[in-house]
This record gives sequence, structure tokens and C-alpha cells, in this order.
Amino acid sequence: MTLTSAPRRSAPAVARAAGPRRDHGAWFLVLPALLPILVLSLGPLLYGIGLAFTDAQSGRTQATGFVGLLNFSDLFRDTLFWDSFRIGLVWAFGVTVPQFFLALGLALLLNLDLRLRWLARALAIIPWAMPEVVVGIMWRLVYHPDAGVLNETLRDLGLSGADGRDWLSGLATALPAVILVGVWAGMPQTTVTLLAGLQNVPGELHEAAAMDGAGAWRRFRAVTWPALRPVALAVTALNFIWNFNSFALVFVLTDGGPGGRTRLPMLFAYEEAFRYGQFGYAAAMGLAMVAVISVLLALYLVGRLKGDDER
Amino acid sequence: MSGTERPAGGRRAEAGRRTGRPGGARRAATRTGQYTALLAYLLFLAFPFLWLVSTAFKPPRELGSLHPTWIPEAPTLENFRLAFEQQPLLAAAGNSLLAAAASALVAIALATPMAYILARYRGRLSRAATGWVVVSQAFPLVLVIIPLFLILKGLHLVDSRTGLIMVYVVWSLPFALWMLTGYVRAVPPELEEAAAVDGAGRVRTLVSVTAPLLAPGIAATALFAFVTAWNEFFFALVLLKSPEKQTLPVVLTHFIGTEGVADLGPLAAAALLATLPSLLVFAVIQRRITGGMLAGAVKS
Repeated sequence: MTLTSAPRRSAPAVARAAGPRRDHGAWFLVLPALLPILVLSLGPLLYGIGLAFTDAQSGRTQATGFVGLLNFSDLFRDTLFWDSFRIGLVWAFGVTVPQFFLALGLALLLNLDLRLRWLARALAIIPWAMPEVVVGIMWRLVYHPDAGVLNETLRDLGLSGADGRDWLSGLATALPAVILVGVWAGMPQTTVTLLAGLQNVPGELHEAAAMDGAGAWRRFRAVTWPALRPVALAVTALNFIWNFNSFALVFVLTDGGPGGRTRLPMLFAYEEAFRYGQFGYAAAMGLAMVAVISVLLALYLVGRLKGDDER
Repeated sequence: MSGTERPAGGRRAEAGRRTGRPGGARRAATRTGQYTALLAYLLFLAFPFLWLVSTAFKPPRELGSLHPTWIPEAPTLENFRLAFEQQPLLAAAGNSLLAAAASALVAIALATPMAYILARYRGRLSRAATGWVVVSQAFPLVLVIIPLFLILKGLHLVDSRTGLIMVYVVWSLPFALWMLTGYVRAVPPELEEAAAVDGAGRVRTLVSVTAPLLAPGIAATALFAFVTAWNEFFFALVLLKSPEKQTLPVVLTHFIGTEGVADLGPLAAAALLATLPSLLVFAVIQRRITGGMLAGAVKS
């Protein structure tokens, strides 16, 4: 987690060797990427933040006007928005937490000398590589009330009658059903990252602890976890952000239905902006999402710094 | 540092030694538990995909039957033919290919020089760039897409392939920078110092010394950018309106919504086909991607 590393430390030597042309050359190399970033990423971001304080609408002839905090006070009173926000948090935690523990379990298993490990690694690629739209379509086939494998399996096990459940349209089942898909879709990437992190775990220490008679759990707590912690924190924070901002998966699975039970904040904002043309209002929603993420990111950074202090 | 691709050879050997020790019943029980857990994971990971494959090869009669089976009784390729008939899949795949290939190439061309500078010089720019990479991962797309939509509209680039490619380029830059910076750091600067002593300028050093060593990393990053754009849905959904310009993921969603049971077959077939390029590319680059990501995440 620290910044020092051998090649970087000696980097200034290159700079010195290259002499006075240094700055000139550096800018020449940086500008091709920097310009598009400024024009098409940083610029739009600032523009978007600005839009949140206007009454911008799609296809409007009147000039867009500054409305101050009006969008936010509207947002504050918008119960649909709060519902969507609550669903977004349930979704983000509901996906990120099981995702992490399942991935950790799998990563620890794959780090052992087991047979079939290659198969697991190969299978892990599938959800990771698939277009999100295809993941959604695939799980629609799994959940399909008539032709789906889930209902068929439950029927075979005698757990359900002849009429299959419509998982994605049921008010009670829709959100858990999409959360399961979210867990499935993100687990491999988390696993592979954690697995790579496990390679930082000092094997000799593990060996020594085992000699001393430490059980598997104690070895995990004392040896594995401290080495894995930075990777685990980083991947969990990123997963949470990605999940909170996710769109395509649920758009394909339920399009926010039934009755808005799975309408994540991104789906809500998308509808506001591109179905109803409320650009300003949707931008304000985006800012509210940023606020939530920032708070969580700050907590994560504090945790990360604290972790560094402990060592 | 150069941990971009370090197989766990040593550790694996140790693990082998550990397990090779005579263990007794408890050891065997642990092993059984481990294999049971691994099998459960394998099933969980594989079954939706197997079901997709199975559905893609089922004739309509089986799809409509009350008891769908895992293995089609009368496998057929009919669904693939129907899929191409029902939606303009070929044109959509062409659009996706163009957008993905063009944006990957441009992104790499822009990002490699900057990644080099970021890796070799730790200044304000480097810190700002790292900060931006993190921030760009954190903000919700809706906050970017509305202004982008307005900007592109002003440039008459809404509903245009060029506009979409531009967005994909900028969208894949953070990750490309992130990974490439890691790869550059893995190249020992001593090599460059030697070239500099020999009187080569920075650009020449970069082109003749560093770039060849970076080639595998650059290729992996480009392929990753390709897959990301190939799979992308949200920007394409918002920015492209004409049916003939739409990319594969957007066209796939057109199968959904009106589907009767009989249409599930073509839907599955099309979804399967759309996945194949991504799977192939990922099979090739998976290890490198992990390494690059980790180098970025942990070492920055």
C-alpha cells in the first residue's frame, strides 16, 4: 500500500539524464490523452453538476434557467426517489456483501492444491466476460415461469406445485431474484482479484503457524487476512460503487418492475432523463448518488489508513 | 512490483508439501469438505450458462413443454437461423465490432504515452491523474451521460457511430491508464537510462526501448478495452437511435418483452453468439488483466 518501489525510486535519474527537454517531452506525451479527458470526461462531469441546479429539459425551446436548489428540494419530497434510493442501497449491500464472502471462500479453495481448480478458473471467466445484457437474458431463462430451470428443479424436488412461480414479476421475489444475479455476475472478478491478493500471503509464515499448531481459522486471522486486507478493502469498495451505479443487468431483468420494486437509482434517473426529458432533475439525482458514494468512499479511505497504521 | 504475472509456483509447491503429509481421518474429512464446497461453487457458476446453451439448441416444442430438460431431446440449429431472421444481428455485430475495435485502438494510442509519464514521474500531474481514475470509477454514469448527450448534440454527433466511439475512448481511458501505468513500472528504468546515456531522446527511448517490452501489456489492455466496448450497453442505448446503427447488446434487448415461449430459443441463440467473442478474448487475457488491476489497486 505504500508508494515506494524500486523502479520509481530511480525514476528521477531518467529525468536528470534527459535534461532540460524533460517538461516539453512530458507534455507532448500527456496531451493526447489529457485533452479528451478534459473535454469529454471532466468537462461533462462539471457540466452535469451544474445542470443539477438548472431546469434543463430535453427538446425545450426556452433557455435553460438557474433554479438554485429547487431540484434538490423536489427530490427531497419525491417519495418515489427515496424508494428507489432505498432499493439501491439494499441492492448494493445485498450484492456486495455475499459477493465478497462467496468470492473469498472460492479464492481460498482455489489457493489450495485441489483438482478441478483449472475448471473453476475457466468457469469464473464466463460471468466476467459476458455482456451484462446477456447475463440478464440468461437469468431470465433460468427464472422463466414455464421454460425455466429453477421452477423445473423445484418441481422435481417437490418444493413447488405444477404452476411455477414468476420470480421476476412477484412483488416479494423480484428484488432477491435480481440480487442473486448481481452476486453471480460479480463474484468471479472478486474471486480472481482476491486470489491474486492471496499470493502476497507469506507462505513461510503460514507454515510456521501450522507447525505451532494454529488451526485453520487462527491461521487465516493471523496470517492470511492481514496480507489480504488491502486487496479485500479495495475490491469491496469498488464493488459497492459499481453495484450502486449498476444499470444494464436490472434493466434487462425487470426494467425496474414489478411496481418499482427493483427500480435502482440509475434506472430511475435514466427514466427521468431520457423518457421524461427532465435533465436537470436527473442530474440532481446523480449528485445525490455521488453524495452517498462519497460518504462510503471516505469511510473506506479512513479504514484503509487505519489499516496501514496498524502495521 | 513486477507482480503483474507471477504464478504462485512457490506457494503451490508448499501447499503440496503440506497436503502430502500423512494426515488421518480429520485430514480426509477436510479434503472432502473442500471438494464438496468446490463442486457447489462450480455448479453455481456453470448452471445458468449451461441452461442458456441448452435453451439455444432446443426446438420450440421442447421449450413449450411443461418439463424442460437439461439436454435437448432433439437438438436443432433452427434457433440460430431464426435469430438472424428476427433481428439484424449481423449488422449489429458489425456495428459493435467497429465501435469496439476503433475505440480500443484510439484509447491505447492516447493512453500509452500518458501512462509512461505517470509511471516514471511522480508529480502533481501523476497524483491528479490517479485521483481522476478513482473519481471516474465512482461517479454514476447518469451524471456524465446527460452533459455528454448535450455536448454531442451540439456537435451533431448524437445517433452517430463516431460520437459513440469518442465516448467509448474516454470511457476506457481510466482503466487503460491504470493498467498500462502498472505495466510501465514493471519495465526497469535502468534500460531507459542506458538509452538516455547513449543520447536517445525521451520519445526515441519510449519507442525503441520501452514500447517493445510493453507490447504484451498493451495488447492485453487493448483487448480489455475491446471487450468492454463490445459488451457496453448504457451509452449505446442512450446515444444511438437509428436501428441500423445499434450495437449488439441493444439489439439483443429487442428480443425481450414480447417473447412467447417459442421465441426463447432465438433469444438464447443470439445471446450465446454475442458472448463468444468476449469469452475468447477473456480466455486469452484473464491473467494479465488480474495482474494489471492488482498492480494498480495495491501499488498506487
